[in-house]
Amino acid sequence: MRTNLRSITTAIALGVATLLPVKATYAEGMTQYVPLFVYRTGPYASSGSLWFAGERDYFTYINEVEGGVNGVKFAIEEFETEYNPDRAVEAYERSKSGKNGSPTAFIMTHSTPATYALMDRARDDKIPLFDPAGGPSESKNGLVFPYVFPLLLTFYGQGSVAVNFIADEFGGFENLRGKKIVTVYHDSGYGRASQPVMTELAKKYGFIDVQIPVAHPGSEQTAIWRQVRAEQPDYVVLRTWGVMTPVAIKTAKRFGIDTTKMLGDVWAGSRADMIPAGEAAVGYNAIAPYPGGSDFGVHAKLKKHVVDAGLTNLSNPDADFGAVFYNVGVVNAALAVEGMRVAMEKFGNRPLTGEEMRWGLEHMTIDDTRLEELGMMGLLQELKVTPTDHEGGGAARVQEWTGNGWNLVSDWLQVDDSIVDPLIEAKAAAYAAEQGITPRSID
Amino acid sequence: MRRKEISASSTSKSPSQSEHSALNSKSVLTILLLAALTALPYLSSEYVVQVIVLPVLILGLAGLGLNILTGYTGQISLGSGGFMAVGAYATYALAVHGGITFFPLAILFAGLITGFTGWLFGLPSIRIKGFYVMVTSLAAQFFFEWLFLKFPWFYNYGDVPTISLPPMSLFGFEIDSSYIVKYYFTLAVVVFLTWIASNLINSHIGRNWMAIRDMDTAAGVIGIDSKKYKSLAFSVSAFFLGTAGALWGLIFLGTTSVGSFQIDRSFQILFIIIIGGMSSIRGNYIGAAFIFLLPLVIDYFAKTFIGETVSPGLLSNFQKFLFGVMIIIFLIKEPEGLDRLVRQFILKLKVGRA
Repeated sequence: MRTNLRSITTAIALGVATLLPVKATYAEGMTQYVPLFVYRTGPYASSGSLWFAGERDYFTYINEVEGGVNGVKFAIEEFETEYNPDRAVEAYERSKSGKNGSPTAFIMTHSTPATYALMDRARDDKIPLFDPAGGPSESKNGLVFPYVFPLLLTFYGQGSVAVNFIADEFGGFENLRGKKIVTVYHDSGYGRASQPVMTELAKKYGFIDVQIPVAHPGSEQTAIWRQVRAEQPDYVVLRTWGVMTPVAIKTAKRFGIDTTKMLGDVWAGSRADMIPAGEAAVGYNAIAPYPGGSDFGVHAKLKKHVVDAGLTNLSNPDADFGAVFYNVGVVNAALAVEGMRVAMEKFGNRPLTGEEMRWGLEHMTIDDTRLEELGMMGLLQELKVTPTDHEGGGAARVQEWTGNGWNLVSDWLQVDDSIVDPLIEAKAAAYAAEQGITPRSID
Repeated sequence: MRRKEISASSTSKSPSQSEHSALNSKSVLTILLLAALTALPYLSSEYVVQVIVLPVLILGLAGLGLNILTGYTGQISLGSGGFMAVGAYATYALAVHGGITFFPLAILFAGLITGFTGWLFGLPSIRIKGFYVMVTSLAAQFFFEWLFLKFPWFYNYGDVPTISLPPMSLFGFEIDSSYIVKYYFTLAVVVFLTWIASNLINSHIGRNWMAIRDMDTAAGVIGIDSKKYKSLAFSVSAFFLGTAGALWGLIFLGTTSVGSFQIDRSFQILFIIIIGGMSSIRGNYIGAAFIFLLPLVIDYFAKTFIGETVSPGLLSNFQKFLFGVMIIIFLIKEPEGLDRLVRQFILKLKVGRA
């Protein structure tokens, strides 16, 4: 009986302790609090952990080598979400008010479903949601979505780039007529996100667009690929994520589908997915707004100051430094830092609020000169984000897996804005009407 | 020898204590608790209300729903997530397609619709005994997971299969206006439904449920129509789960999809009633607090004390491991759940006083 009492009292004490303010060991005054919503457990952890490592390494580099952004260092806190939007909402509520005097300037959701779940709250709380190559495509329209940033490439854009690449493979858009393109997608907001564009493009170019869903987490896909083979596709597009990707490639190969005629989207093309797929993945293509590889200028800096100094967040730097998803993280962090620099020019060198960060991101231009300075030439495209255009880039390259690494097989492919922009405008207008938002006017 | 208590209130009342004083202290505690919950937004921060208390109330209500079916009637169900999804999607459909924007009415009808689906999926189950009932509930779970992804009507033909709280009213307030409005509405619903559940359980209906749970052959012999009561249990349980689902998806989260109501949610609700205490009302809320808050507590302590010394991946996995270990410890200490511990604690206080 007494032990029961003791255990209850301990339990209550633990419970009460959560309600007390958290005391962390961060310096007061000149640190920017950055919450990171991560998933280091669950079926998406293998892809995600490289992404987070890239971000953390870049932030470490900025802290250690450059002394922070104009003197403001980063204080990172990770929140485990298991790629579950419910957990992301909890993490958001926990982290939105900032910490230790620093407001939360932006949130990297690392998850399109989480971005959808948090959009309305972020708008009310005025905190930008940072979701490069992700997020709702219509959020490119910054007048209706001031606080969502689908930087670099929206999903609609990815659909367009995919079709451009496939057309090239067949020798021109005229040759697309009558061909069958089967898209196998993760059955979620993320996977379905480019369907409207594929429908439009199918109408324009006369190809047959077949969409086949795979339920999360997709570790068993025999029935799916049997179906795909019955369709006899001319080309297969993968809009998958996490463990779903290598399983898809291996199962496809088993059913005799030519994996060299397969194109993965941005999130279905990393070394982490290719290695488990083994032989089947050789010749597989993937869209890459940020290619893999570690011979960019920024990698030399990271190698010297972070990896060799033992400060890296990667658990296996020899294998994963320069991996596609690692580079994703590096680029994401760099974009955040650039946005902060721009905002600080206007608001001063101190921790920023969400509104100030939004201003910074919306007035961010990264041209070739700056890319050279950052050491990201070829890794990141030129970017011009404005209040009306939260995407800023709209291009990607395609890379092919050789079995050991990635080979770039195309130049920067541009999104067909004539198809994509009207869809985005229509969706943005519908959202504004449904939610009763008046689009901002540009100041 | 009584293995499980037929009475829903305190298990081991000492014979010297009068009914009167036991009821009194219980009522006093209940009133104090309600007062604290009502005053909470003014005593505490938005974070505590939104992230700590609100979800625990809703999950506790869901646990209560499952407890009616599993704890009191003895029908194991893994369909909780599915029925919660029905409640959320039904509320959304009533508002968006049916034009019912008065939130209490929408959630009431959604609950009734869920109750009906509960009855429907209960029909095959009432003929099955024991462990195999779980299979039909699994069927319900997977059916609803599939249904709400497959037909775009359910998510109003959006690009993505998510639903968001549409503009709805609550006695003149816009339900989405502030977290305080949402909190009080949820509190009112939870208190009201808990009161109803308590009355149901203490009535002949509850006693018949428990008879079916304990020895359904004997129950049949003394004339309890077990099929009718099992059906009733499925319906009432689904009603509670549907209401909890609507609150969870639309009030707590704001935007939700099938992802919030998958099989892991069903397991979570089942764990809540196992840890909290089957056949108890209070236990559901204790269990919900345990299951929902303990990971947050572990996270806080892990970050503070272990923090930077281990890789974050290891830390996340360690937290899950620790959570499992704590469940095992608590169940070893008290297999009948935390409610039993609380009951013994309160008894100790009473005995100490007397």
